[in-house]
Formats: sequence, C-alpha cells, structure tokens
Amino acid sequence: MALPAYAGWGERLWYYTFRFICGLIFLFLISPILIVLPLSFNAENYFSFTPGMLGLDPDAFSLRHYRDILTNGMANPDRLTGWWSDAWNNAQWIRSMRNSFFIGFFATVIATVLGTLAAVGLSRSEMPYKKKLMALLISPMIVPLVITGAGIFRGFSDGARLFNRFGAWMAEFGGLFAWIGQKLENFELVYTHLGVILSHAVLGTPFVIITVTATLVGFDQSLVRAAYGMGATPLRTFFKVQMPLILPGVISGALFAFITSFDEVVVVIAMASVEQRTIPRQMFSGIREQISPTILAVATILVVISIALLATLELIRRRGERLRGVTPT
Amino acid sequence: MTAIANNSAAGPVTIDGVLIDDAELKKRLDKAMFRSRFRAFLLVLPLLLFVFFSFILPIAYFLLQGIYDNSFSSKMPEVTRALKDWDGSSEPTEEMFAALATDLKVVKADKTIGKVATRVNREFPGSRSLFTSTGRSINSIEAPYKESLINKKKKWADIRVWQGMKTASRTWTPGYYAAAVDLKLNADGSIEQQAEKRRIHIKLFLRTLKISFLVTLFCVALGYPIAFLLATLPAKTSNLLLILVLLPFWTSILVRTTAWIAMLQSQGVINDLLVYFGITDDGSRYSLIYNQLGTLIAMTHILLPFMVLPLYSVMKGIPPSYMRAAKSLGASNWTAFWRVYAPQTIPGIGAGGILVFIVAIGYYITPALVGGQEGSMISNFIDSHMRQTLNWNLAAALGGVLLFVVLIFYWLYDRIVGIDNMKLG
Repeated sequence: MALPAYAGWGERLWYYTFRFICGLIFLFLISPILIVLPLSFNAENYFSFTPGMLGLDPDAFSLRHYRDILTNGMANPDRLTGWWSDAWNNAQWIRSMRNSFFIGFFATVIATVLGTLAAVGLSRSEMPYKKKLMALLISPMIVPLVITGAGIFRGFSDGARLFNRFGAWMAEFGGLFAWIGQKLENFELVYTHLGVILSHAVLGTPFVIITVTATLVGFDQSLVRAAYGMGATPLRTFFKVQMPLILPGVISGALFAFITSFDEVVVVIAMASVEQRTIPRQMFSGIREQISPTILAVATILVVISIALLATLELIRRRGERLRGVTPT
Repeated sequence: MTAIANNSAAGPVTIDGVLIDDAELKKRLDKAMFRSRFRAFLLVLPLLLFVFFSFILPIAYFLLQGIYDNSFSSKMPEVTRALKDWDGSSEPTEEMFAALATDLKVVKADKTIGKVATRVNREFPGSRSLFTSTGRSINSIEAPYKESLINKKKKWADIRVWQGMKTASRTWTPGYYAAAVDLKLNADGSIEQQAEKRRIHIKLFLRTLKISFLVTLFCVALGYPIAFLLATLPAKTSNLLLILVLLPFWTSILVRTTAWIAMLQSQGVINDLLVYFGITDDGSRYSLIYNQLGTLIAMTHILLPFMVLPLYSVMKGIPPSYMRAAKSLGASNWTAFWRVYAPQTIPGIGAGGILVFIVAIGYYITPALVGGQEGSMISNFIDSHMRQTLNWNLAAALGGVLLFVVLIFYWLYDRIVGIDNMKLG
C-alpha cells in the first residue's frame, strides 16, 4: 500500500495519520511486555521506575530480584557447600519451574500423540460424524476454565473413589491382584502430578487437532493408497509417508499444547496442592499476596522463553514452506 | 491381492475368478466401506475416550449438582418423609416434630448436623444457630416433641423454618437454577422473584456480557487497522510487524497481567507519564486499575491477537485488484474501501469477534487480579462460591447458565465460520 506519486494532500494526510494510529496500537501491544524488562532490574523493592533508574544511574539497577528467584525458600542461602542442591530442592521458584516443565512435558506428549491420531482420522474422507466429533473434541478450548477446573476437581476426586473401592474389592483375591488392588486403593488424582498432567493434556488436544488438521488439508490421500499398493503396512505408511509431511503441524501443535499447559493457572488452582505449584500459580499468589519485583524478574524470564518458542515456530514454518516448494517470505 | 475383472460396463464381475452378481458386489463394497470407516474411527477413539472420561464426564458430574442435592434428604430421612405430605402452609404437626427429633439425634451423633444446618440456612438465612444449639441439647428432648422443641427454642414454631426444610428436602431441585437467575423456589413448589436486594446474579451476568462485548468491540476497533496494515504491506515488513502481534500472543497471561499492573497502578508508568507531562498533578493520580477499566484494558490487550490473526488471514486472501478496479471505475478511496473491501472482511470480523467474545465471557485470571470489586466477572463469582461459601450447587447452576451462553456462541461460530476452519497463528 505504498503512497502513489499522484496522491493529493488529503490522501497524504490520511496515509500518515493511519500509520500513526497503527503505530500507537502496536505500541499498546508491545509496551507492557517491554516495560517489564527494565523494571525487573530495579534495585529498590518497588514495582515502578525510581528516579535513579530514569537517570540511568548504575546503582539504581541490580540483579537482586533474580537472586531472589534462586534463593527464595532455600533452607540456607548463605551456606556455600551444597548451595545448588539446596536451591534445586527448596527454592520456591525453582521448584515451580521444575513442576511447570515436568507437567508441561508429559501433558504435551499425551496431547500430541492422541491429538495427532485423532486429526489423521478426522481428515479421512470416510470418517463418519466428522463435524460433530470435531466440535466435541475442540470443546476443551471453548468451555470456561472455571467450569473445567471445577468439573475436573469434582470428577477426579470422586472418580478416584471408585478406583479405591474397586481396589479394596480386588485386594481380597490375594497374590498379584492384592498388589494391584493395594495400588488402586491408594490411587489419587486430585493434588497429584498425574491429575494435573491429565487435565492439561485435555486442554492441549484441541490445539494439536487444529494445527495437524490444517496441514492435512493439503495432504494428497493417494500417497497413502500408493504406499498400501506397494505393500507397506498401515503403520509403516503412517511413519514413512504421512508423518514427515504433517510434522510441521505436529510440532507447532505440540508447542501450542506446551504453552497451554505452561500458562494454565485456573485448573492448577483447583487441582494442585503446594507440591504441584507451577510458575503461573506461584505468580498468581505472588500478585495477590505481596506484589514484589521478583515477579517481574520471573516475567522477564518467561518473555525470553516465549521469544524462543516463537522463533522455533517461525523456523518450522519456513522449513514447511520450503518443503512444499513455496519460497519463504 | 484381489484381482477384479470388469467384464462389461454394468454386468456381473469376477473377483478372484469367482463370478458375483450386483447384490453380492454391493455387499462386499459396503463391507469394505464399513471397514475403512471403522479404521478411521479407531484413530479418533483413544482421544474420544480420553476427552470423555477426563473432560465431558467430570463436567457433566459437576453440573449435575446444579439440580441434584441430597445433603438434606440423605441426612434427615424421617423429616423428608414427613414433609412430603405437608402442604407448606398449615401448622406443623406433632409427627413432623417427632421426625425432626429422631433425625437430629442421628446427625448430632455422627457430627453431620453442621451440613444440615448449612443447607437449611441457604433457604432460610439465620436458621443455622437454631440447628446447632438444638443439637447440643437434643438428648434431653422427649415426647411430646412439638411442645418440648418449641420450649427449647421458640424459633421452631416459625413456619418459615419448616418451609426452608421442605425446600431443602428436595433431592432433585430447580432451586439452584432459579437462584442463579434471581428467582426463588418456595416450599409449595412455586417460583417467584427474589427480594430486591438479593437480586445480584442477573446484574453480574449482564456486567459480564457488557465487559465481554466491550472487549470484543475494542478488539475489532484496534485489530482492524493493524490487520489491514499487515495485509497490505510488503511481506518482508509485515512479517516483522507480525512479531509484535505474535509475541504478546505467546507470552503468559500472568506476565501480561503483571505488566499491566506495573503500567496502570497509581505509581505506575502511565500515571508517572501523565504527571510528568502535567496532565494531572501528583496528588490526583488516576485510578486505572482494580476497577472495570483495568479489566477492560488488560483483557483487550490479551485478546487482541485472537482478533488480529483471523482478520489478517481473511484480508490476505482479498485480491488487491478489486480495490483497484473499484477506483478505476471512479470510486473514491472511501467508497472503494467501504463498498468493496469491507464487506469481504466480515467473515474475519465474525471469526475473530465470536472467538474473542467466547474467551472473554469465561475469563477468570485477569478480572481476579486487576478487576477489583466492580471489574470482576461471573467466573470469579462462581469461583468464590466454590472456595468461600462452599455452595457448590449454586456454583454448578451458575456454571450451567454460563456454559449455556458459551455454547450458543460456539454453535454460532460453527454456523458462521465452521469449526474445521479454525486457525491458529
């Protein structure tokens, strides 16, 4: 939309006004995220810029809030021996970071495997009730999280009771049954990692379905028939023919599923105890209880992580376009 | 391999050297079709089971509590039975008091009297202490029960306690859904409007709809210009600018909410700038956060990418030659845009707008953190019922109403855009 040479002054005025407005909107989008970065280096315990920071006084900046991330909750932050293991095991933020990655990883694996399979099935032309099934499987993305959280909390806690009762019944039989029965008797989903992983996996699947289905739209089904025709088993066809072509969709779906889990807090509030606290959960209570710049330091780290994810996604997109013979833009 | 030889255009066919007629062929074809449909279904089945057991079933189970409540009837079976025949307005009989004394002894012994008291208290506020204090001396109550209970606590003669118990004794009850829309279920089964000062839910639903609608409107107003700019700029520049949309999209909601606190609070960046430029003085800083305005600003920021991305993909598909053709036919810039370009972007506005609205209406985190009292939404209220007043039944009924509204818009989205056309990024 370059300005033509013959444009009149009115057109010129509108052209620049429009760009100015767009600039302001972009500023609105990006400024809150950028503002977090310098604020996190605040030497004071404030949530706003100090006069020293505005005057670029080096003493007004410090890494104390980053140190705080590492040491907060440690048994003995001043002792040098065993410092790292102390931080790894006891520091609050490090523990929530471990939880976030642990839960995110397994939720992503479950969501990606099940979601990809379902998307492949849903993209087949012979699939019955395609639209209805799709609407059902996408619904975790649509249902308000408070309802999902409450439902999963109630359902999982009372559902586990069923397992417990079944386990108690099974334990009567002795031998291997008794062993399994005992396990089932103590089975819990609420306030366990497994429960949070399962609920996050459900929330992540719609994204995998959407991205994988999108890559399958251009997929030539005769390739599958050709592979069958040459004697390949369905499994081999899937991994050797279909998978390489839909891989970009699978990876970006997995990234979406991961970020969904990594960012999710409502279900974690409902489902998790202190043992399963994730970063967003820790931030949530941090903002509610005592707002400190440590949260901004964590936020800065998270922004860096999302930049990394975004860059990965962009690389995948370009690779996908190159493979399909489109020149990357 | 199966060898098929077609002898003539529509005649009998030989398969593996066996001649078969049309009916047989049709049967075999149907069988093959069924098998392939079944195989496709098998691929979807694992996810379907997973979503059913860890999403659909739990939510249905939770929502069931909006119409099912046995907390009174299971603990107080005798009273429930006695109240069944009571018309809800005549003087309570001796049998009813006797049943009450029997049940109270049981719930006192197994320490569930508090639950029963809470349940009746919901129907008739102020009756909790009546139960707990009577429970303390229940063993001294003897026949005739009516006289002895009323002697102990005069309030037992109050017919409203009995009406409350009758309403509470319903296992399947429309009461919670009625309460969710500011109605009241009476003991005789009639439904009337809640007292003026207790009508809070409709107001809250309307506020939630208003906030969601305004957020959607702001997203269209802010998203349209930049989507237009992105779609018309050369690809190199637009891809760079797209990062400014995608980075917020990929950044944690908590981070963005925190950032808005830093921006909007009274000692925050915006107020500092306003003071610096002399627009306001230091003493009268604006309160931009912990109110409805804070919720609106932060939610618009968080949901804007959901608007821009579908709009952008629709606008990119509009050939620029249309606008040029309109102009060459004598249309002014405005006419060309308004009559030719804008109508083609309506699917994008629909897709983005409904998506933003659906996500906004169930929003929880941002209103909870920056909304304060007047900026909170229905989700926050549902949550506080589960966490603070522990009224899961009312929470389920409110959730049911919210889910119903969301599903209407989901259906609308499917009709207008099509769920299989949903795109991300």
